[in-house]
Amino acid sequence: MSALLANARVVAELGRRSVRQTARRPQLASPLVIFPTLLLAVQVGGAGRAVDLPQFPEVNGFLDFMLAGAMVQACLMAGNSGAIAFAIDMEMGFTDRLMAAPISRFAIVLGRLAGTAMLGAFLAVYFIALGLIFGAEIQEGVLGAIWIVVVVAGSAVAFGAIGVSIALRTGTASVVQGLFPLLFVILFLSNAFFPTNLLLEPSATVAEYNPLSFIVDGLREPIVAGFSATDSLAALASVAGFTALGLALCAAAIRARAMRGG
Amino acid sequence: MAGTVVWTWRSQAAAIWILIRRAGNEIVRVPGAAIPGVLAPTIFFLGLTSVFGNLRLLPGFPDTESYASFLIPVSLLQGAGFTGAATGVNLARDIEQGWFDRLLACPAPRPAVLAGLVLSASLRALVPAAVLLAVAFLVGAEWPGLAGLVIALLLVMGMGMAAALWGTALAFKFRTQSAAPLMQAGMFILILCTTAYAPLDLLTGWLHTAAEINPVTDVLEAVRQGFVGEVSWADTWPGLVTMAGLVLLFGAFALRGMRKMTD
Repeated sequence: MSALLANARVVAELGRRSVRQTARRPQLASPLVIFPTLLLAVQVGGAGRAVDLPQFPEVNGFLDFMLAGAMVQACLMAGNSGAIAFAIDMEMGFTDRLMAAPISRFAIVLGRLAGTAMLGAFLAVYFIALGLIFGAEIQEGVLGAIWIVVVVAGSAVAFGAIGVSIALRTGTASVVQGLFPLLFVILFLSNAFFPTNLLLEPSATVAEYNPLSFIVDGLREPIVAGFSATDSLAALASVAGFTALGLALCAAAIRARAMRGG
Repeated sequence: MAGTVVWTWRSQAAAIWILIRRAGNEIVRVPGAAIPGVLAPTIFFLGLTSVFGNLRLLPGFPDTESYASFLIPVSLLQGAGFTGAATGVNLARDIEQGWFDRLLACPAPRPAVLAGLVLSASLRALVPAAVLLAVAFLVGAEWPGLAGLVIALLLVMGMGMAAALWGTALAFKFRTQSAAPLMQAGMFILILCTTAYAPLDLLTGWLHTAAEINPVTDVLEAVRQGFVGEVSWADTWPGLVTMAGLVLLFGAFALRGMRKMTD
């Protein structure tokens, strides 16, 4: 029990450090806010008339529709940013010192992910506030907003875990940074920015089965229509799936490092 | 007069050519460095074409077989913008590492040094343009005609030069590679706050006003004309004039920054 408490304290401390680190390095934090906000603003103004297309779902406005996409984009970037910071820690030897300490190695990873979760929650609150200021409505009200914050924070952890596993494998920030364009490939192959039925092929087919689309739907429904049990469960299952995959990859990478003597 | 170097046009051109060749060497020796400038606009082009492809079904959208034809000009300018901004990042690196100080110690006139940097960017802008055009024709973009293509490539080179001047002005001011996001974001905003996704009449809210005011809209429309219609002088000259204005404006900033740094 005391070991569990000790590890929980380590996770909390490393999580706090991770949040402070992001806040102190504007080059890490600012793109997470600026880039998705710019893209959201340009896409809403540029493609806003898409709501007039006959097959477009009934929505209050295009901004309402796009908010979920912007949040998923931001938390994908938050996961990547957390992984870059983790890789920088490895390059600087900080992670090696932690690995040598009498704490669970998994707590080191969970500490980073705790920080990423906080960042995800912040980004969700930011986009909800931005949406409300510019006229979006959340049909499910406060409960819907809380759900969104939880799912976005969970998604940030899931994507962060996958990123950290790559950082653990490679140990270099540039490789993790190199994944950045890939995030957009995954995003464009989902329904983050447009309804699946209006995407062109082959994106439409890929988006239908892309687990990221399930997360987007789980975030979008409370905003544009109201809770849907199917969409909410699918979103939770997707977040859980990504998290399990990421943590499994992290565990394997830690084992591989330990065997190499790293 | 002993030791005084007289810089003729020919010797200045030689200095500029040497700097262009140095930038060219980087493409040959570090081909990986060109990948981000090619990859990002290509991913955005393919992604946005498949995402917003059905916007062309909206009433008032120009008559075109494929949204790729409408979008490719934006991607061409984006590619040039990223490539130009990279020149600013490379200069900031050279300043940080002291290489630029050594360059300034040579007796070449300052404008020739600056011209060498930005002209190389305008040529390098053709690398992402070539890849993007190949991809665009593969996914169904219409052939813009020879005149349309020449105008497009000329303006892409101009955008590469303008972006490089913007990047170098910032590099002279901040003297650190940390200014890279500012160099890229400036071009990103300038190019996307136009008729990037849809024609002016279909834009909504603030973007409609921004696109109307933004001079890059004229450049984009001049690049686009061959891909979605007929090439005309009326659609060409505003783009050329705007591009010349951007190069002069950012050029003045960059020269001022360079003088401030070396004074």
